[in-house]
Amino acid sequence: MDVMPKWAEVILVPLISLLLAAILSALVILAIGEDPMAAVKLMVTGALGSTYGWGYTLYYATNFMFTGLAVSIAFHARLFNIGGEGQAALGGLGVALACLYIPWPHWSLALIGAAVAAGLFGAAWAAIPAYLQAKRGSHIVITTIMFNFIAASLLNYVLVNVLRPQGSMDPATARFPEAVHLPTLHEMLAPFGIAFSKSAPANVSLLVAIAACVFLWFLIWRTRLGYEIRSFGHSESAAKYAGIAPVKIIMITMMISGALAGMMAINNVMGEAERLVLNSVEGAGFIGIAVALMGRSHPLGVFIAAILFGFLYQGGAELALWTTIPRELIVVIQALVILFTGALDNMVRMPLERVFLALRKRKEV
Amino acid sequence: MDMYLTLLQLLDSTVRLATPLLLACLAGLYSERAGIFDIGLEGKMLAAAFFSAAIAAITGNVWVGLMAGIGASLVLSAIHGIASITFRGNQLISGVAINFLAAGLTVLIAQAWFKQGGRTPSLIGNGRFEPITLPFAEALQGVPILGPLYYELISGHSILVYVAFAAVPFTWWLLFRTRFGLRLRAVGENPAAVDTAGVSVVGLRFAAVGICGILCGIAGAYLSTALQAGFVKDMSAGRGFIALAALIFAKWRPWHALYATLLFGLFGALETRPDIIEQLIGMKVQGQLLAALPYVMTVIILAGFVGKAIPPRAGGEPYVKER
Repeated sequence: MDVMPKWAEVILVPLISLLLAAILSALVILAIGEDPMAAVKLMVTGALGSTYGWGYTLYYATNFMFTGLAVSIAFHARLFNIGGEGQAALGGLGVALACLYIPWPHWSLALIGAAVAAGLFGAAWAAIPAYLQAKRGSHIVITTIMFNFIAASLLNYVLVNVLRPQGSMDPATARFPEAVHLPTLHEMLAPFGIAFSKSAPANVSLLVAIAACVFLWFLIWRTRLGYEIRSFGHSESAAKYAGIAPVKIIMITMMISGALAGMMAINNVMGEAERLVLNSVEGAGFIGIAVALMGRSHPLGVFIAAILFGFLYQGGAELALWTTIPRELIVVIQALVILFTGALDNMVRMPLERVFLALRKRKEV
Repeated sequence: MDMYLTLLQLLDSTVRLATPLLLACLAGLYSERAGIFDIGLEGKMLAAAFFSAAIAAITGNVWVGLMAGIGASLVLSAIHGIASITFRGNQLISGVAINFLAAGLTVLIAQAWFKQGGRTPSLIGNGRFEPITLPFAEALQGVPILGPLYYELISGHSILVYVAFAAVPFTWWLLFRTRFGLRLRAVGENPAAVDTAGVSVVGLRFAAVGICGILCGIAGAYLSTALQAGFVKDMSAGRGFIALAALIFAKWRPWHALYATLLFGLFGALETRPDIIEQLIGMKVQGQLLAALPYVMTVIILAGFVGKAIPPRAGGEPYVKER
């Protein structure tokens, strides 16, 4: 029997963690001599006060949904995939190759093709650490970290030596053809008479990300594979006893995880930059960790957390533009969220459990 | 002779680049031998690099800077200890959080204090660790072979380099020849046994995490006050992770940590001198390949193709006294 009721577990604990992170962030802003309330106000108007702000918020949120889901599914099998950064980078390579070398007749077909390529590349990059964990017992956290760095070197090599157009100094691929241009929210909403900012990068991949959330929910809680993944995560020995093959579960989970991280590239590479540049992921793979922790590895939680982080990202950019607070404030907030919702979870949970235990005892008397 | 001098210069920069790796690697060794995984080496180095440079710039005294760097690193160690030992949280997640905390806070504070776009002013004079010329280095320079070796390679480093190299035998002695070391290793293999013997698991693990903080602090101070003259954003540049790779490569042993970090330092030195490789093996090697090599080699070692790397058995597991 659980000590805490479910609502406390699902809502109260994350909320208190988040509150602690927010208070500390406010103290940080105070310490560098700025006004926290003014900063929050600026962030809200900058990120949510216009369709332009929303466009950026949703664009970042799309990235974080993919990487957050990637970390989440791995968490369900008690695997910590810290390699989202590398997998997303490889996904970008897949998107670039698909867009540059296949003559797509229409963007919708290109989107499907690019998503498949991104997923395959990301899954392949996750498959090697997964195999080493499953068969060789090498720690997946260490190998995925190593693979992030190997991916960075690989992309550096490919962009400088292979995909860079002749005569260009910039380590980036050529621009993708016009046919693979993904419709932005501006173009999608115009037929309905809704005026959405033209220069914001949010695009149709937002819908793909939302579909991925639904798909993952269905996979984890409504399929046999999802059941196997969850039982493996709860107890490896029990899962083995029930006839679940650990090697298979580790491989499949990590490949789904890698594919999700890789598919982020349809948003940032295909939807926004429309070419592959160096360091295109920009840390979104790591933010996936914070998003998954905050969302308690539930797709709905990930969806909400991704939008919150999208807001923080766009708000942080506005702060850097209008005040002397650098963008790195967001990195600090992100660190505090990871610290409180992840590592210091018990610090919040233990006193709460004590409170609920005391309440229950009083009721029994 | 000319070739010999080039080789010496290459080895000289190998030593220079290996030093922060070695210090961080030994830091990780203490922590992981006591059963606390630490992927926050990078963050601790970065925080120490900033605070050393900042305080050295303000006071003009590099030793005060070094102390500040060690202090900053110790604060992050304490957070890691509280999260992973006291509250039995996930050590890996705590490490990730510490890396981000350092990456963000250093720039934020640097901007608030110095307003130079997230960097510290350049350090001059006593604000830096200057190279030390060992006794007779100049007098003996004329001696063939050994003279230049002594002058170019062994002499002329900052004090922290010698500290790092001395830390290797010291660590070996502490871990394998003292009672404290035996207990520290035992707490990483079987904490229940240590607890049964009446020794505090929590105390030992905090001690290990503390030593780890001090060594990361020195490593960070070396980056910003000896290797370079001042702090720039993200200056640790993944060295904490290379040190982690070296630790696995060394299979959690002090002398092997020295060899591994020297090897990875050599890769770093070669990356800046592609002409030397071309001369030596007659073909061009891509810089990106050299940059990726430490990671690739570590993955191969981890995969168990070349001897198996077995981490301390209780690594990453919080110790619960009563179940």
